[in-house]
Formats: sequence, structure tokens, C-alpha cells
Amino acid sequence: MSSSYLILTTIIIFLLIFLYISWIFISNEIENKKETGERRDFLYTASYALGAVGLGAAVWPLVDQMNPDASVKALSTTEVDISNIDVGKSITVLWRGKPVFIRRRTQEEIIESQNTKLTELKDPQKDQDRVKKPEWLVMLGVCTHLGCVPLGGKGDYKGWFCPCHGSHYDKSGRIRKGPAPTNLPIPKYEFVDNNTIKIG
Amino acid sequence: MSEEKYIPKSKIGQWFDSRLPLLSLMHHLRDYPTPKNLNYWWTFGAILTFCLIAQIITGLVLAMHYVAHADLAFESVEHIMRNVNYGWLIRYFHANGSSMFFLAVYIHIFRALFYGSYKSPREMIWILGMLIYILMMATAFMGYVLPWGQMSFWAATVITNLFSAIPFIGESIVTWLWGGYSVDSPMLTRFYSLHYLLPFLIFALVILHIWALHIPGNNNPVGIDIKQPSKDTVPFSPYIAVKDLYALIIFLIITAGFVFFAPNILSHPDNYIKANPLVTPTHIVPEWYLLPFYAILRAVPSKLGGVIVMFASLFILMFLPWLDTSKVRSAVFKPLSKLFFWVLVIDVVILGYIGANPPEGLYLLIGRVATIYYFLHFILVLPVLGYKEKTIPLPISISDPVLGGQPNISTTRSREDIKEKQHD
Repeated sequence: MSSSYLILTTIIIFLLIFLYISWIFISNEIENKKETGERRDFLYTASYALGAVGLGAAVWPLVDQMNPDASVKALSTTEVDISNIDVGKSITVLWRGKPVFIRRRTQEEIIESQNTKLTELKDPQKDQDRVKKPEWLVMLGVCTHLGCVPLGGKGDYKGWFCPCHGSHYDKSGRIRKGPAPTNLPIPKYEFVDNNTIKIG
Repeated sequence: MSEEKYIPKSKIGQWFDSRLPLLSLMHHLRDYPTPKNLNYWWTFGAILTFCLIAQIITGLVLAMHYVAHADLAFESVEHIMRNVNYGWLIRYFHANGSSMFFLAVYIHIFRALFYGSYKSPREMIWILGMLIYILMMATAFMGYVLPWGQMSFWAATVITNLFSAIPFIGESIVTWLWGGYSVDSPMLTRFYSLHYLLPFLIFALVILHIWALHIPGNNNPVGIDIKQPSKDTVPFSPYIAVKDLYALIIFLIITAGFVFFAPNILSHPDNYIKANPLVTPTHIVPEWYLLPFYAILRAVPSKLGGVIVMFASLFILMFLPWLDTSKVRSAVFKPLSKLFFWVLVIDVVILGYIGANPPEGLYLLIGRVATIYYFLHFILVLPVLGYKEKTIPLPISISDPVLGGQPNISTTRSREDIKEKQHD
């Protein structure tokens, strides 16, 4: 951080010196003659260009301060105990402030999801590509339309239904109907052992 | 302005005014010539100025007790309601005040639409007004987030997610807005900061709006150009000032009705539940004044498309002075335009109704038809009407329609004589 500010300060100091010198140059030229246009054009362009760089460098910290800070980034993984989830049940856990659905699917759900034709899908994706173990469906519970939390077991496909703007997802969390553009996203996760999932 | 040059009477006044012409400005504001036929629809400018100042003052006081943090915001609002002296009154006035502010601004905008107040030479007033309106919506939305109830939280989620529709950079923009990976404390604090800033920007724009108004002067219900000052004008003070004050008192009585007897009727009970990122309320809707735009957003069956169309519905208004090709300002003299004006009003009300209902079945269909009409009104109806419509002849002066074409005293007298004879 200190190094970038050193660069920033240097740029601003150089900028001020440069603008001051070019201003002296220009005012001398105007007093003397109006012939040396080329040299003045160069000075104008050069000072505007350096000015733009300096302004950009000065504004960037003001913009970047709004990005996720170190404390937010630090909370990037969550470990979940899944031993208590029965077949056909799901739980919702919080990861990075967002809900994650973990569902232990029944055999029928798995078969139905795997047999869905890709041509029927708005955002074609095989069920096999959405799970690490077919029994466990782990996905973000955030509608890809405008970020509401979909309700489980509802909608035309009995998967998930977003109450906000009416997006229907199937039993694999794939978008089937409504304004949402893509399937419910799969977060980065891994099975630490048979009973624990680490998300993030 | 075409007023006489003002010179303060006292020596001190002259000394001061030649260095900083504040006294001249006060004199201009007092004696500013206004058309004498302004009706009550013209009082909403003053009402809106009052609304803005009232919101700033009540907001300033609320900021002394509110805590902008995800863990404390909801409790601090309850603290204001229960513990702070008159906190309930100040908060209810601020919350209902925003609704009344929007009610007044919608009347003000539709008045401008009806009487053609946006037409040349008043385009800048209109554009500044639209910028104020957009800033008002941003401010109101951010203010709605601050209590950190369920509706606050999910409104923030849905609206910030609008930006994720932008191709390629959308997700990074949303992360940047949030300051994290979901709506949480970092976003609440920046919304608080901006909610405090924007009203002052609006205030600055209001000054420009009034400045731009005082160059050509007020439009009027007849919509013809008048000389200023002339027999057709009256000084702002006391004539218009008193009229504005009277309308403001009526307006405040209605506001007080909401504040004291139905303070929560315009908000949602869900906002008295603390924000919970795991549960979306079954039916989320924005505040009533944003409903038409919400309906437009949902009418389009594509995420990016919906966002584009929604923003287009706002920005198309900026081009209104050039979309309306008619040479006549006031709809009083344009029978067809008058009809279509009311169709637009009904269309916007329908959109608002659709926005409050779930996007399914018939609601969705009506919403789509109403959205299409909204755009057709501006890009087809107005330009074509301007060329095709046969307008009623305009009067020579604003006294003309009142006095029957002969604006002299002898005519009015003879008319009164006739009336008296009939009474006999």
C-alpha cells in the first residue's frame, strides 16, 4: 500500500512541476510570437495526457475502497457437517453472506435429473456436471435473476421457485422457465470426509 | 428579467447590494411576474420545495440517533421509535414525507405533461427536473434500505443485482457496490453516506431548476407566451405566495393524516422483521412510487432486456421536448392530445397496479401491453399528433378566454348588466 502511494505522490509532484513549466513556456510563447504552434501543441497534449494519468491515479483509491476489504475476503470458506441430513431433505447454510442449499437427493430425483434432455434446457448443463456425488446437490441459493432466495419443492418442475419474479428451476437447480438467465450456480466445494463439506 | 433595476433604499443596503446582490435577488423573487391565470396545479413547485427541506431537516435529526451497521441499524430504528423524544413523530414524518414528496412530484410532472411546460423555451427546466426525479428515486431507495428490515434487505438485493445484467463487467460492479459477496454491512454504510449526500445535490439542482424557470418565466394553463411584466401578470408576492401557502396547508393536513392516523399504511409489515439473508419474503414489492418501473422491469422476459427497457422508460422522458412536435403547448387546445394524456395517466396507474402483483398469467400480459403503450405514447403518438392534430385556435391573451374575446372593461360591465336584468 505504501509503495503505491509513493508512486501516486511522485506522479502528482511531477504533474504539478510539468504543468507549471509548460504554463511558463506557453505564456512566453504567446508574448513573443504565435509561430511556434507545433511545440505548443505538443506541450498541450503532453500536459493533458499526464494530467489524465495523474487524475486517474488520484481517483483510483477512492474507487477501490468500495471493493471487498481484507476482513470480508478472510471469511471465504465454511465447513458443514452433513451427517444429519436424511434422504430427500435439504439444509441451507450461509457462505459469504449467501445461502447455500445442500440437498441429499432421492434416487428418483437423480434419475429424473440425469434423464432430462439438454434440448429442453435454457442453460444446457448435464446433471453429472453439477454434482460431485450424485446424492449430494450443493448449489448457491441465489436466483440468477436478481438475487432472491428460491423456495424449495415449488414451481412447475418441483425443484425451486423464485417468488420475486417467477423463475422456475428443476430438481437439479437448472433454469426452466422465467426471467433468470442461468442455472443456480455451483460454488467451489469439496468433501473433506464422508460427513463434511468444505465450501469455498 | 424585464423588471426595473432594483436599488436598495438605505445607504448600507446599497453598499451591500453592489458587493453581493442578495437584496436584488430577494427583490426579484418577491416581485417576479407570474401569469395571473395559474391554477392550483401550479402550486406543487412550492410544495415540493417544502418537502425537500422538510426531508432534509427530519433526516438530519434521525441521523443523530441512527446507527449504520448491519447488527445495529434495525435496533437503532426501534430505539428511535420507542426511546427518543418525539422519535416516532420525526421518523413517521420522514417516512411518510417521502411518499408525499413523490405524490407531489408525480402531480408536478403530469401537470407539465398536460400543459406542455416542457416545450420550448423551457427544455432545460424539464431536463433538470428529470435529473432531480432520478436522484429522488435513488435517494428514496437508499433511504428505504437503512432500517435494515426484510423489505430493506431484499429491495437492496434486487436493485443492486440489476447491475449484474451488464455483460462481462456486471458481476464485478455488483461486488464493488456491495463491498463484499452479498448485501451486508459495507453496503449499508455506503448507502447511508450517499443517502445523506444526494438530497444536497437535489437541492443544488432545484436552485438550477428555479433559475432556469425564471429566465423564460412560468408557463400557464393557456400555454401562450405573455409579456413580462404586463397586465397578464401579477407579482409572485403576495398573489402566488399566498396561493402556494394555502395549497401547502391542505397538503400538510393530508400528510398529517397519514403521519398520525395511518403511519404504516404505505409501507410493508415485512419491514418490521429484521433482515435475514436466508429467507426472501414471499412477495417483495418496492415502495408504491417505484411500482410502474418495477412492472416494466418484469414485463420483459429477459434479464438484460428488462433492465435496459426499465432505464429507457426513464431516459425517454429526457427527450420529450423533441418528441412532442406540436406547436401548441397546452392540451386545453388539443382535444386528441388531451385524450391521449389521460390514456397515459391510466396506463401508468395500471403499470403501478401490475407492479404490486405477482408476475403471472393475466397480470403479466396486462403489464406487457401497458409497457408497450407507455413507449408508443412517446415515440409514436406524440410525434404524429403534433403533425396531424387539428388544434382549437389560441386566444390572443390569457384574459381573452375569460372575457370572451374582448378584453376591455366596457364589455365585462355590459355582461354584468345582462345578468342583473335576468335576475330581475
